Amino acid sequence: MKKVGNHNPNSRKMFLSLAMMLAFSFSSFAQDAAPAAATEAAPAAATTGGDPVKGKALFNSNCAACHKLDAKSTGPALRGVAEKHDMAWIYKWVHNSSDMIKSGDAAAVKLFNENNKAVMTSFPQLSEADIDNIIAYTSEPKAEPAAALPGAQAAAGAADQGGSSNNVILGVLALVLVVLVVMLFMVNNVLRKVAKANGIEVEPKVGRISIWKAFVKNQFLVLVSCIFLLLASGYFVYGYLMQVGVDQDYAPIQPIHYSHKIHAGDNEINCKYCHSAARVSKTAGIPSLNVCMNCHKNISEVAESTATPEYSKAFYDAQIQKLYDAVGWDKTTQSYTGKTQPVKWVRIHNLPDFVYFNHSQHVTVAGIECQTCHGPVETFEIQKQFAPLTMGWCVNCHRKTEVKMEGNGYYTKIHEELSKKYGVDKLTEAQMGGLECGKCHY
Amino acid sequence: MSSNKKYWKSVEELENGSIVEALRNNEFVEEIPTDEFLGNADAMSSSTSRRDFLKYVGFSTAAATLAACEGPVNKSIPYVLQPEQIIPGVADYYATSVFDGFDFANLLVKTREGRPIKIDNNTISGAKFAANARIHASILSLYDNMRLKAPKVEAKDSSWAVVDSKIKSSIADAKAKGGQVVFLTNTLASPSTEKLIADFIGANPNAKHVVYDAVSSSAALDAFETVYGERALVDYDFSKASLIVSVGADFLGDWQGGGFDAGYAQGRIPKNGKMSRHFQLEANMTLSGAAADKRLPMSVANQKQALVLIYNIITGSSVSVNLAPEFKAEVTKAAQQLKAAGAKGLLVSGIQDKNAQLLVLAINQVLASEAFSTVGTRQIRKGSDAQVAQLVADMKAGSVHTLIMSGVNPVYTLADSASFVEGLKKVKTSVALSLKEDETAAVATIAAPVPHYLESWGDLVLTKGTYSLTQPTIRPLFDTKQFQDVLMSINGLTGSYYDYLKAYSSNYIVGSTWNKVLHDGIFVGAPQVTSGGTADYASAANELAKSKAGAGLELVLYTKTGMGDGQQANNPWLQEFPDPITRVSWDNYVTVSNADAKTLGLSNEIVANGGLNGSYATITTADGAKLENVPVIVQPGQAIGTVGLAFGYGRKAALKEEMQVGLNAYTLYKGFNEVQSVELVKAAGEHEFACVQGQKTLMGRGDIIKETTLEIFNTKDSKIWNETPKVSLDHKEVEATSVDLWESFDRSVGHHFNLSIDLNACTGCGACVIACHAENNVPVVGKSEVRRSRDMHWLRIDRYYSSEETFEGDNERKEGIAGLSSSLSTFNEMEKASDNPQVAFQPVMCQHCNHAPCETVCPVAATSHGREGQNHMAYNRCVGTRYCANNCPYKVRRFNWFLYNKNSEFDYHMNDDLGRMVLNPDVNVRSRGVMEKCSMCIQMTQATKLKAKNEGRPVADGEFQTACSNACSSGAMIFGDVNDKESKVAKLAADERSYHLLEHIGTKPNVVYHVKVRNT
Repeated sequence: MKKVGNHNPNSRKMFLSLAMMLAFSFSSFAQDAAPAAATEAAPAAATTGGDPVKGKALFNSNCAACHKLDAKSTGPALRGVAEKHDMAWIYKWVHNSSDMIKSGDAAAVKLFNENNKAVMTSFPQLSEADIDNIIAYTSEPKAEPAAALPGAQAAAGAADQGGSSNNVILGVLALVLVVLVVMLFMVNNVLRKVAKANGIEVEPKVGRISIWKAFVKNQFLVLVSCIFLLLASGYFVYGYLMQVGVDQDYAPIQPIHYSHKIHAGDNEINCKYCHSAARVSKTAGIPSLNVCMNCHKNISEVAESTATPEYSKAFYDAQIQKLYDAVGWDKTTQSYTGKTQPVKWVRIHNLPDFVYFNHSQHVTVAGIECQTCHGPVETFEIQKQFAPLTMGWCVNCHRKTEVKMEGNGYYTKIHEELSKKYGVDKLTEAQMGGLECGKCHY
Repeated sequence: MSSNKKYWKSVEELENGSIVEALRNNEFVEEIPTDEFLGNADAMSSSTSRRDFLKYVGFSTAAATLAACEGPVNKSIPYVLQPEQIIPGVADYYATSVFDGFDFANLLVKTREGRPIKIDNNTISGAKFAANARIHASILSLYDNMRLKAPKVEAKDSSWAVVDSKIKSSIADAKAKGGQVVFLTNTLASPSTEKLIADFIGANPNAKHVVYDAVSSSAALDAFETVYGERALVDYDFSKASLIVSVGADFLGDWQGGGFDAGYAQGRIPKNGKMSRHFQLEANMTLSGAAADKRLPMSVANQKQALVLIYNIITGSSVSVNLAPEFKAEVTKAAQQLKAAGAKGLLVSGIQDKNAQLLVLAINQVLASEAFSTVGTRQIRKGSDAQVAQLVADMKAGSVHTLIMSGVNPVYTLADSASFVEGLKKVKTSVALSLKEDETAAVATIAAPVPHYLESWGDLVLTKGTYSLTQPTIRPLFDTKQFQDVLMSINGLTGSYYDYLKAYSSNYIVGSTWNKVLHDGIFVGAPQVTSGGTADYASAANELAKSKAGAGLELVLYTKTGMGDGQQANNPWLQEFPDPITRVSWDNYVTVSNADAKTLGLSNEIVANGGLNGSYATITTADGAKLENVPVIVQPGQAIGTVGLAFGYGRKAALKEEMQVGLNAYTLYKGFNEVQSVELVKAAGEHEFACVQGQKTLMGRGDIIKETTLEIFNTKDSKIWNETPKVSLDHKEVEATSVDLWESFDRSVGHHFNLSIDLNACTGCGACVIACHAENNVPVVGKSEVRRSRDMHWLRIDRYYSSEETFEGDNERKEGIAGLSSSLSTFNEMEKASDNPQVAFQPVMCQHCNHAPCETVCPVAATSHGREGQNHMAYNRCVGTRYCANNCPYKVRRFNWFLYNKNSEFDYHMNDDLGRMVLNPDVNVRSRGVMEKCSMCIQMTQATKLKAKNEGRPVADGEFQTACSNACSSGAMIFGDVNDKESKVAKLAADERSYHLLEHIGTKPNVVYHVKVRNT
């Protein structure tokens, strides 16, 4: 039975991976199909006939800072903009909008006023063909999220199939076992009957002393097991006591569900972009909300693809809305209301008061990756305390980590002297005196 | 076989057994009055049975235990919009300046996360006024929970809108009715504020401005004004004087504002065999007297005669002098040396008499003293006693309609405050612009809160030709408004004072910019000379010579180093600061000479619990003012026939109960005269002092404070005057420093910190003590704990008197002891200080011994040694056995007997949220039951190293600092890395004057002292 159980996860994995492969191949077909459909639709809307693929690239590099396709940002939403204005007007506007406003073009002035009188940057470098391409891109109809569904369903189906086939095998195996057990009983019965028929007497069981009583009578065994029990309980009590106050894997619920996976992982934002104080200060600092708004002024919702089965798009969008509420940003008017509500994050890494830890020492001077202590943050959907933050953990690292001294004028003299003293080229933090009490406790 | 013998214990038992029997059966002879506590039936009957009670106890204990298992949830709240210049965890420094009417300095204020936490000296060139102990402590006064938080009109909470309109309508009413509008302020030294007042007076001829200094310097101002035509004081440069004669001027204390110690100390460090010589003629024992080479204790009456005698000798006049014969020879000697010194000589005087001050000017003019210069005169005292007296008279006559007071507290500081209060009742509208609801604000019609100087804008001309700016380092904590804003509003000006100040500053910062001056904190312009003429010095000398001593004792009022004029009486750091001379904290007292104490029957004694007790006395002045139950301190060096009493105590308004200590000496300050004829009578009872130093003398232990004279220092080998102690090794005498019981660490690599303390430069000012408090979160423990020797000061300044005339005499006397009986009697006598002792100060903090006795006895290895020389103390490891403190030969370890933070039993700044804002976030706040001590500011050395590492460069000399070395303006404390052979401290440690404390026990400390040299 056990053997079968051992095999089972492997086979399940195999089935699953097969199913996933199938599923992805389906979905990639679906993605290819969608733009193809769009290109067919494009000429119908835009008469100029630009290339929407080039247009997308141009849009992302030039326009996306202020414009979105389907939602108002600093500037208005651009999908279908070609239907609102004629192309000559658009060329003129893109090349120099403020001139048009000055000259009193009614449409231009209206547009200017509608958008909080934000002056649009002029793009004289964009040729008319470029603008055509961009317009072609903006004229594509909105991609239907449903297009991805068949593939997904197929994948789900494949996964289901994989599951059911596993169950079938399991069921068959169980059946075989039951049959075996039944057969054993039957064999036993048959043998007894045969013996009876042959006149052989089967001896009845002799009433023996129970194992428990035998154990109690054997004082040596009692003593040994007592000692064993005491040692075992001592071990567990010690283990329990040693973890008191150690909050490894502490992952409290935060007022805003902030995903490091999306920011540091999927979008590869550098840790120190937001935690800029880590370079210069004792604390890494929780970024102030104005740092969030550097990006989130434009990103008011997540992409469809960001959503996971666990967290839907609506859920993530609600989190961004929480940020807007906190910082007092009105999405519709694209302006700050002035009503702020600071976010009360729950502090995860709580170093005791009697320890002095300085981020800049480790981040800037030593050049240690954030992940060394904070773990693979870029994979954390919910931030947690990765390291135990115990003194033993600190000291172990100080014992084995070699201090990065090259190119730092501070260390030149001390490195020369210490390497002569210890006869080594590389020095650990412990050799530098990093294990002395007063270096962290004062 | 048992016996039936009956043993009896007393005759009574034998003869009358029944009584004894009755007593035996009845333990208490008298009936226990149980009815008193069991008789109340109501209290005895309860619905809670004993079983229920136990159930509740059990349940709540279990619940509390379970609840305790949960860790606390900490919140972390970032800025919504982070200011560009603030990075959490990184300190910012702002240059600013302070002048509160008494103290002044150019400062750097350290802020963390937008709150000021520490005051440092501004060391930019031109900024020459360093912070004293009170200014270091003023940062805590910012976070004073007893500050006035919102305006009050007639003792009811109000708003600034109401206050503004009330003031405006009152001024209009005064104009209509022809009443006076008077501004009563401290000396402002702020040109923009003075301009605003002058503009108002220009537009309202019925207005006037009265300047009032609580502790008057009127005599010196009047004399200077007579001769030079400007109401200012001379900014003496003591570094240029090789012979200093001070007649009653405590220039190392608060004389003429203080701030002379840096210059003085420069001349006191022997260089090329030369140092300045200092004669001090004074009544009270002061810091200056303690530093003097020759001190002559004499009454102020005698000082006046001595001054005339000096005048005679210097100018060759022959005014008849009535000086007591015992002083004649010494004063003549001083005067002759002064004359010989010529331009290198300097005479200063603190006698509050215009004639005396005229003679000071005359003598220095004749000497052509280099130290006496009228370039850049001091603008920090302008008060006029006559004008204040006139104002009180006007108020009583009812001619003052509106009185606007700023920075003054006359109800407390005026001797005749009853008259002032009476006059105030006749004033229609009185406005007290005040930090606190003090004695004056409590009786004024309007009490208007002003911001602390760390929350204010301002400009200061401390000395002519310089221009300092005051800038806010924190947003105003309360609903406050600056005096200048009020002035602008009554002047009808719109806009903020900041804009006004910025525009007005252009008159002063010629050739510089606002931003530059704001960054530097000070602008030094072209030197401005006050040229002057002369006065009739001869008749001044004649007048002075005619002055007679008053009847009875001469009371000399003074300001204490800790309390000054009493503005910061609610500051626990200052209250707990031990006076450098008497070493008494939490009190003021009358100081009496030993001889007078004997005749008056007054005494001090150390009682069984180690505390100092003293008699009480009642002081009555010639015109009947009385101060009862003044505690007495018998002060060595107090001139016979004089007694001293400090200002600044005895306040009650807006003070926490613990701070309401001492008696108000201003009540005796009649006619702004510091010298009063008084009668002293012993009163019943004994006062309990909180004195941190019981022993007075060194008992001839010359190796603790090594002293020599300049002559010996110049002529003899250092082995003679800086002898290394000897120990016996293999029956041979060898130098103690050459013997070692221990393997030494290798300290040649990396940094090795040393602190050098020059006993010649140390004036005992105590700025380091307060700076240490601020930097290291040292708790305040209160009077009764200090009395129990549980004070927490990490740094103490020991003060020793000589038992003979000199310390050298003590040493000789000790050497002369022969036999047991002689040693017993001699040591007993040597415990008593001389009537005119030599005094020496010695700052003592943890000596950071390389072979530390504390480290070897710690059972849990909580204290250990760093290779950089610092003796580490891991508080979280300490279990409080106190073995280390017992094994420390320097007695510098302090034990937390109680929890001193968030504990209402110790209701000082650490017990309220506001007061805790002053805490340094880089230093742990210690809990109960752990030992603590000086860490050699390891947080500062670590931060300096980190800064260098971040910038990838070696640490430069002078970068390593401790709080005390930073605060030391006299240059007595120098800190640094002795492994950097070029550093200042390495040279000082190798100097021939250097020695270690208790060298013979072989602790090898990292604190180095320098032999004190006296130029006798």
